[in-house]
Amino acid sequence: MLIKKFDPLKKKILEVLDYKGNIVDEKLEPKINDETLIKMYKTMLLGRVADTKALQYQRQGRMLTYAPIKGQEAAQVGVIAALEKDDWMVPAFREMAGMLYKGADLKQLFLYWYGNEEGNKFSKDLKILPISVPIASQINHAAGVAYASKLQELNEVTVAYVGDGGTSHGEFHEGVNFAATNALPLIVIIQNNQWAISTPRSVQTIAETLAQKAVAYGIPGIQVDGNDPLAMYIATKEAKERALKGDGPTIIEALTYRLGPHTTSDDPTIYRSDEELKYWEERDPLIRFKKYMIDKGLWSEELEEKQIEENNNYVNKTFKEVEGTGLIDLDEVFKYNYEIMHKDLEDQINDYKEFLESEGK
Amino acid sequence: MALMTILDAVNKTLDEQMSLDEKVVSFGEDAGFEGGVFRATKGLQQKYGKGRSFDTPLAESAIIGGAVGMAVNGLKPVAEIQFSGFVFPAFNQIVTHVARYRNRTKGTYNLPMVIRMPYGGGIRALEHHSESIESLFAHIPGLKVVIPSTPYDTKGLLTAAIKDPDPVIFFEPKRIYRAFKQEVPETEYQVPIGKAKVVKEGKDITVVAWGALVRETEKAIKLLEKENISVELIDLRTIQPYDKETITESVKKTGRFLVVHEAYKSYGPGAELISMVNEKAFLHLEAPPTRLTGFDATIPLPKGEHHFIISPNRIASEIKKVVNF
Ligand SMILES: Cc1ncc(C[n+]2csc(CCOP(=O)(O)OP(=O)(O)O)c2C)c(N)n1
Repeated sequence: MLIKKFDPLKKKILEVLDYKGNIVDEKLEPKINDETLIKMYKTMLLGRVADTKALQYQRQGRMLTYAPIKGQEAAQVGVIAALEKDDWMVPAFREMAGMLYKGADLKQLFLYWYGNEEGNKFSKDLKILPISVPIASQINHAAGVAYASKLQELNEVTVAYVGDGGTSHGEFHEGVNFAATNALPLIVIIQNNQWAISTPRSVQTIAETLAQKAVAYGIPGIQVDGNDPLAMYIATKEAKERALKGDGPTIIEALTYRLGPHTTSDDPTIYRSDEELKYWEERDPLIRFKKYMIDKGLWSEELEEKQIEENNNYVNKTFKEVEGTGLIDLDEVFKYNYEIMHKDLEDQINDYKEFLESEGK
Repeated sequence: MALMTILDAVNKTLDEQMSLDEKVVSFGEDAGFEGGVFRATKGLQQKYGKGRSFDTPLAESAIIGGAVGMAVNGLKPVAEIQFSGFVFPAFNQIVTHVARYRNRTKGTYNLPMVIRMPYGGGIRALEHHSESIESLFAHIPGLKVVIPSTPYDTKGLLTAAIKDPDPVIFFEPKRIYRAFKQEVPETEYQVPIGKAKVVKEGKDITVVAWGALVRETEKAIKLLEKENISVELIDLRTIQPYDKETITESVKKTGRFLVVHEAYKSYGPGAELISMVNEKAFLHLEAPPTRLTGFDATIPLPKGEHHFIISPNRIASEIKKVVNF
């Protein structure tokens, strides 16, 4: 059991690839088939390109406020790759690469940040809950989803995402504890990207690790190099095994770093140093995974170049479609508040339509 | 005097009060080192130290519950909630403790605390960043609810809020945080809580607004000038306890009443104001008291938000309807 072996209280951190892409311990290397490895790498790369472009679109005034994922691709793709189609994903709001791997459409992911509710309307068979902006509130939903899986004897697990800042929240505590007391099939991924806006991880807790919070809930917690997709993969596989056996939830702390700003409204130069950024840029998950893929003969510089160009075109084309959606129709804004709209709301809309007509609109 | 935006006025008030009274402390998520996501508390930590201006862990009920304890034990906390849409984890503390402490301890403990939060729509923001939720607080006995619309009032009202012996919810209209500047005294003064302001006198209709909609109503009034409709505009400034006298006097004069707010319609602030007008000025009314409000529907993300913006044209059109009733 990795989870026993890598005890956060003993300062153990699970890693398979070092930051240059060399295998640290061959015994830990997972046997992932080539097709999956390629899908993992390609998704991380697409995530990176989509992220870079989303920031550019925002700077050009074409996209609204956007929360970048740059640097956190492995902590997302490594996890979702270890799941099956039936498993649930409960995101926070910075998991675009993981959502892409799970099957979400880039157009839809962009629509959310473009200011359109369509961006939250994932097809039910994807089993992705909508983005959750109120920090840590999703942990309780995830516990509930996992409760329903257990009660209905469904062979599925739930993966919930939260940030380092989110672990300070009451909702985090309540949700994890709820899952633990009911031995629910839940995996909580803490993306410890070191910052919650301008607030450093050290202000959130004086505990040495976030993984060790698990101890107080009576469940296992493990610290993983979150920029290593293979380490994230094996940790998730094991947590999933435990969950399906009825052994309850696991906390996985992914040590990673937000290489971009918190959102496009944020200026990280105010609160963090160039040296820190440089340190983490060298630990970029794409660098090490690319090396691993090339070493395995599954990737090359030529493929990389081709893929990036393909991604660029795909992202540009997708964003054109997003921009084509324009403004949202009046009726669309009201349609989903209730199954059956109440009469007073209908009157309110009609009054407004009368006003629009009087304006010649 | 100095030219200030509303945001500058918040910052200057906190600075002034912290320099005058060492019991005043300021804190919240990102509100220390960086000075808050809007920079409303910028420079305070550098000036007053990490003890009096600090970043909290990401937990709203700790921020507000903590403020209760600080207030009990001699401090004057000014807590920042990053956006009003994220106050709900602290709603339990606000409703079950902040609002009731004086009452349930029979006056042994009062809570001289302020909860500041940016609020309101119209800035094409992310989900949960556009709501107007003043009535959720105005409904709860024990709380005062204040919303300024100008830099001058911001400084005067925030000063009054910090000095107030009871808890004050201080909503900051973020849409107009930086919209315009005004000459503001650099020495201490107060604008009394509970007192509305007649922004413009008129004789045909009384319009009450607050926050960002005061300016939108002023624009509407301009549009109506050529139609010879004379509007009396009242900036409510305090949502609870509110200034019944100023409104009543005005309605008795004009005979017509319109309230304009961004908040949802049903059980919103307009419902309270219209009831009051009916109670106090019924026999003076020449038209039904009316409200122009947000729809009873979840405020949409930015690509649908234009439907929810209460524009000067809409206000003008509503004023005309009431006047021509
Ligand atoms: C309940 C709540 N409070 C405050 C906010 C405002 N806010 C948005 S993101 C954020 C920081 C989140 O930090 P973390 O959990 O570490 O996740 P990260 O943004 O780093 O991915 C804050 C305070 C919010 N969205 N929800």
